[in-house]
Amino acid sequence: MPQRANQTVLDVVTWIQRHAEPALAYRFACRVGVCGSCAMTVNGRPRWTCRTHVSRVARERRLRIEPLRNLPRLKDLAVDMTPFFEKWQRAQGRFTPTRTRAEPMAAVRPDSAPRRAADAGIECINCGVCHAACDVVGWDPDYLGPAALNRAWTLVNDVRDGDRHGVLKAASAGGGCHSCHTHGSCVEHCPVGINPTAGIAGLKRQSLLDLVGGGLP
Amino acid sequence: MIRPARNHPGFWAFVAHRVSGVALVLFLPLHFLALGLALESDAALEGFLAATEHPAFVIGEWGLVTFLTIHLAAGTRVMLLELLPWRDTRKGLIAFGAVLAVAVGAVFLVRAG
Repeated sequence: MPQRANQTVLDVVTWIQRHAEPALAYRFACRVGVCGSCAMTVNGRPRWTCRTHVSRVARERRLRIEPLRNLPRLKDLAVDMTPFFEKWQRAQGRFTPTRTRAEPMAAVRPDSAPRRAADAGIECINCGVCHAACDVVGWDPDYLGPAALNRAWTLVNDVRDGDRHGVLKAASAGGGCHSCHTHGSCVEHCPVGINPTAGIAGLKRQSLLDLVGGGLP
Repeated sequence: MIRPARNHPGFWAFVAHRVSGVALVLFLPLHFLALGLALESDAALEGFLAATEHPAFVIGEWGLVTFLTIHLAAGTRVMLLELLPWRDTRKGLIAFGAVLAVAVGAVFLVRAG
């Protein structure tokens, strides 16, 4: 296939589908690192393919492109993300409002400790790279995984959420934060630089404090 | 089968923690056996202690001391990361544990030798 300057792995997959294998199944949408739908395994590492330059990852001009690990393969390079998002729901990764739209917005200080902790994890694009990189997800199908737990940690630190205690309980139940082995594979591979291990450690610490009566801040 | 991407310090720290832990568990029966010899007779224990002078045994003891240090450092690392407010010290703690294990092993060899 033709080589081009600044060619991405997604460009390669798209070229193959358009010129060599029309039946090739893969998933993408934005092509600019926002939607999180194009993650694949590239030369053995989970990556966002739209922001991965071929020149940076090709070894001896060769690329091995596979679907993400730890998720059921639908066809070719497309995986079923259903278990990934079901785990988000199990971790109660959804905001519980406390105000109606008629009420004024809550004032949250950006420099407060809980808001800074939430901000550190809020830019997750749900690409599934951390889920594919995590050994514990592979070993224990019940484990919620780094993305769902990172989401839970942002909500536990969101003072506007109406059920932070419920989130903490869901995230620290069986298959939750306490199953993490602190390998840090999620941190190593997260394309947007989030540190889910830090959030999971926070959930472990907070659930322990909750158990001994410290409660949420 | 897609192989996992594991070649990073956090994973190797986990492997070192786990392998040293299993090795220490396997060592424990030998340790209790040696202690049990003291209950049998002075001669039995003295005979065993004399055998510990053998170079192969000293190398084994060096491995034991090194594994103990690795396990201690790796376990303390996890507790520090999970119980204290988060600081980005994950890889620093791994490096510290590795250096500490090598240093303690070296001190043991110098003193034994």
